[in-house]
Amino acid sequence: MAEPAPTRPAVQHLVVRYAKRGKMRFASHRDVARAFERGVRRAGLPIAYSAGFTPHPKISYAGGAPTGVASEAEYLSLALTARQDETQVCQRLDAALPDGIDVIDVTENAVDGRPSAGSGASPSGAFGHLEASQWRVVLPGVGLAAAQRAVAGFLTLGEAPVERLTDKGVRRLDARAAVVEMDVVQMGPTAADPDGGQRAAVTGYEDCAILRMVVLHTAPAVRPEDVLTALREQAGIVPSSPPMTTRLAQGPRARLAGEALLTGEKGS
Amino acid sequence: MPVESVYSALEPLLPRVRKPIQYVGGEVGSVIKDWDSADVRWALCYPDAYEVGLPNQGVQILYEVLNERAGVLAERTYTVWPDLEALMRENGVPQFTLEAHRPVGAFDVLGVSFATEMAYTNLLTVLDLAGIPLYSSGRTLDHPLVIAGGHAAFNPEPVADFLDVVVLGDGEQAVLAITDLIRDWKQAGQPDGRDGLLLRLSAIAYVPRFYDVAYHSDGKISKVVPNRPGVPSTVSKCTVMDLDAWPYPRQPIVPVAETVHERYSVEIFRGCTRGCRFCQAGMITRPVRERSITTIGSMVATGVKASGFDEVGLLSLSSADHSEINEIAVDLADCYEGTNVGLSLPSTRVDAFNVTLADELSRNGRRSGLTFAPEGGSERLRKVINKMVTEEDLLRTVTTAYASGWRQVKLYFMCGLPTETDADVLAIAQLARRVIAAGREASGRRDIRCTVSIGGFVPKPHTPFQWAAQCPPEVVDTRLRALGGALRADRGYGKAIGYRYHDGQPGLIEGLLSRGDRRVGGVILAAWRDGARFDGWSEHFSFERWQRCAETALVGEPVDLAWYTTRERDYSEVLPWDHLDAGLDRDWLWQDWQDSIAPEGAAEVEDCRWTPCYECGVCPAMGTEIQVGPTGERLDGRRLLPVVGGR
Repeated sequence: MAEPAPTRPAVQHLVVRYAKRGKMRFASHRDVARAFERGVRRAGLPIAYSAGFTPHPKISYAGGAPTGVASEAEYLSLALTARQDETQVCQRLDAALPDGIDVIDVTENAVDGRPSAGSGASPSGAFGHLEASQWRVVLPGVGLAAAQRAVAGFLTLGEAPVERLTDKGVRRLDARAAVVEMDVVQMGPTAADPDGGQRAAVTGYEDCAILRMVVLHTAPAVRPEDVLTALREQAGIVPSSPPMTTRLAQGPRARLAGEALLTGEKGS
Repeated sequence: MPVESVYSALEPLLPRVRKPIQYVGGEVGSVIKDWDSADVRWALCYPDAYEVGLPNQGVQILYEVLNERAGVLAERTYTVWPDLEALMRENGVPQFTLEAHRPVGAFDVLGVSFATEMAYTNLLTVLDLAGIPLYSSGRTLDHPLVIAGGHAAFNPEPVADFLDVVVLGDGEQAVLAITDLIRDWKQAGQPDGRDGLLLRLSAIAYVPRFYDVAYHSDGKISKVVPNRPGVPSTVSKCTVMDLDAWPYPRQPIVPVAETVHERYSVEIFRGCTRGCRFCQAGMITRPVRERSITTIGSMVATGVKASGFDEVGLLSLSSADHSEINEIAVDLADCYEGTNVGLSLPSTRVDAFNVTLADELSRNGRRSGLTFAPEGGSERLRKVINKMVTEEDLLRTVTTAYASGWRQVKLYFMCGLPTETDADVLAIAQLARRVIAAGREASGRRDIRCTVSIGGFVPKPHTPFQWAAQCPPEVVDTRLRALGGALRADRGYGKAIGYRYHDGQPGLIEGLLSRGDRRVGGVILAAWRDGARFDGWSEHFSFERWQRCAETALVGEPVDLAWYTTRERDYSEVLPWDHLDAGLDRDWLWQDWQDSIAPEGAAEVEDCRWTPCYECGVCPAMGTEIQVGPTGERLDGRRLLPVVGGR
């Protein structure tokens, strides 16, 4: 009987912020996880492995943006068996990943990163401050005024029950309860955009209404698409082609709520 | 002429389909070359879903071989699922490549790799979405050359009318020779148009249009002859003789989407001379040519580092037969010990040595299941197919496996083999019970398992069984049901024995497509027009559709579905692939077929690597020879180990 391979303890936990851009927005959580497992090996990082007969690399993921949704603010945590320089890890890991899964920055986890922490990062410890997300949704073919009316109407609602078809059946959610704030951003054709170059889908650029919203991470999770379902049902907002959704930031509710309008003006 | 990406038209469709990631490309290892700096451009197609097609070794090898050359560009394309196909038709989006989302119709060549005949309808989907006329005869200088290869291409006759060129055998050198001919012809100003190019290509490959097929009134073929001067009467396969000179893939394409094989695969040798009479792969890929232990070692080292895969597959038709497999296994296991890189060997031979190897390769601890393929349930039947394994061999092998910690053994069988009776198939149940009993004794545990996996046998061209009558699906299904009952009958073993089987009906259509002639092309087209897609997937396959389309498409012909499948052929019949030469002596094949069904019991054929040549004909006909080691070399772990950062 073969013994499981001995595991080396983790001595450092790094929190990686990464983006899912362009064509890679079509990657699912599992696709992204596979890409990181391979990327970590290609980059030659001393990743820690779980014990047992089928050892897995110790990578913990904060809830990922849905398939088809881009993001500038995804998070994961790496457990390493030898201390590494964060900047080095950032560069090597980014170079080892497919274009579009881009590492933005790497920081040592203040909670779990102490060398004495030892046995692994708990997701709640590493990502506990990720209470809410700020989203940007580009709605092709939707006029500014119509969007503003719809948003104003939505914000006055006490609740907005919607249904979403999942693999496991129909899920019922209250889209309104999770929305901390939402507004319509006016955006000209020259506005800077992290998704620049990937705007091919958005025809009639001037006819795009752009929403920004801060949505709490509730259970079950309310996605921007659930909010759009409510806008369609309540106010008849129907984009002419699929909306382009991007997660711009994750963090404490209080910080994101204050930031939304500001980043809107800067064009992020 | 600039070629525009179709991505802007495709992108809005992607949120509306399942698993959109499979359509966007961008994989590590993929290559985007400048369109205008290439003078010969290939679109390489594996005509199945991305998840099946991406790991295909043939496509990955040719992709690299072509892209390494200056002035040559190769991109990949796969069959899109019906959900995207419908949206592409609705929105006028053509078949595209994954690298730069270029329209397939703009390429010089569409190269299609057929591992299985069940992908023929998918070829038509690809051609149609690409805007390429389905029939070769309808194509002009504006259309890509449609070239097929792969094992199924050894009888391309059912799809002959849809193909321009067929390459038999190994593709590495053939694609480069074809590339040169295309470049020369283009630079010369495309003399004599498309046919001028095809005529040049007919010297090195099969051009179906240049051959006419005549039939007897009873439906049998009377002759297949070239219809213009300068075209050879038979076409020979290509053989790469030095695998060390072609160490591909070096930079495997690493998918972001989930695929059926998630590993770096190295072909450790090509060809097989075990002589299993049912095995087309073993017959058409002769002679055995080994890759040396040192080339294998350096390919694994670079491939693992470049890909980040954590599993290495040592591939071949019978991997334990490599002359230095023990050294390869031990040295690689040494090199990768403690790195969480797993090594695997598709083990098909029933041999205790295979267990030793598997133990070695799984040192890191993963010891889930071992697979063996006795193929036939009784010893008599195993003699018929020349897969000589005694029951004692099998029990000794599985005992070794269970005793060394393996919990699960999978046994592969076929149903419907020539001369098979109900008793031969029921013998599998007895065998499985003995396997469990031996395993429980050897391991001292009751939680061991044995899974019996069985499917219908389909006779294939270029094998001794090419003349055989295929067993009707009703008979296959009856025997499979009876076996299922017998396996469940004994409660003491019920839970320890798993049973997986494939219904007989898809096999009958595979039989039609495998041994069919050009008249079957009409059936394929009719089935595709009727909606046949992804016929290799049980959830998409419709037997009723194929049956109906065979009836309508063959109306007025003296042949039908049964004629192509369940009918035994005789020596004198011209087979549709007789003009395509895999090097095998037809008389040797016939004698081997007769030996297998001899009333006094089948005669055995030994492996010519260790016994004298039995004159199958391949080496003299193709000017080739067996190439096996040992080389006496060993792998140096310090040079192989991937560099691990952070020291």
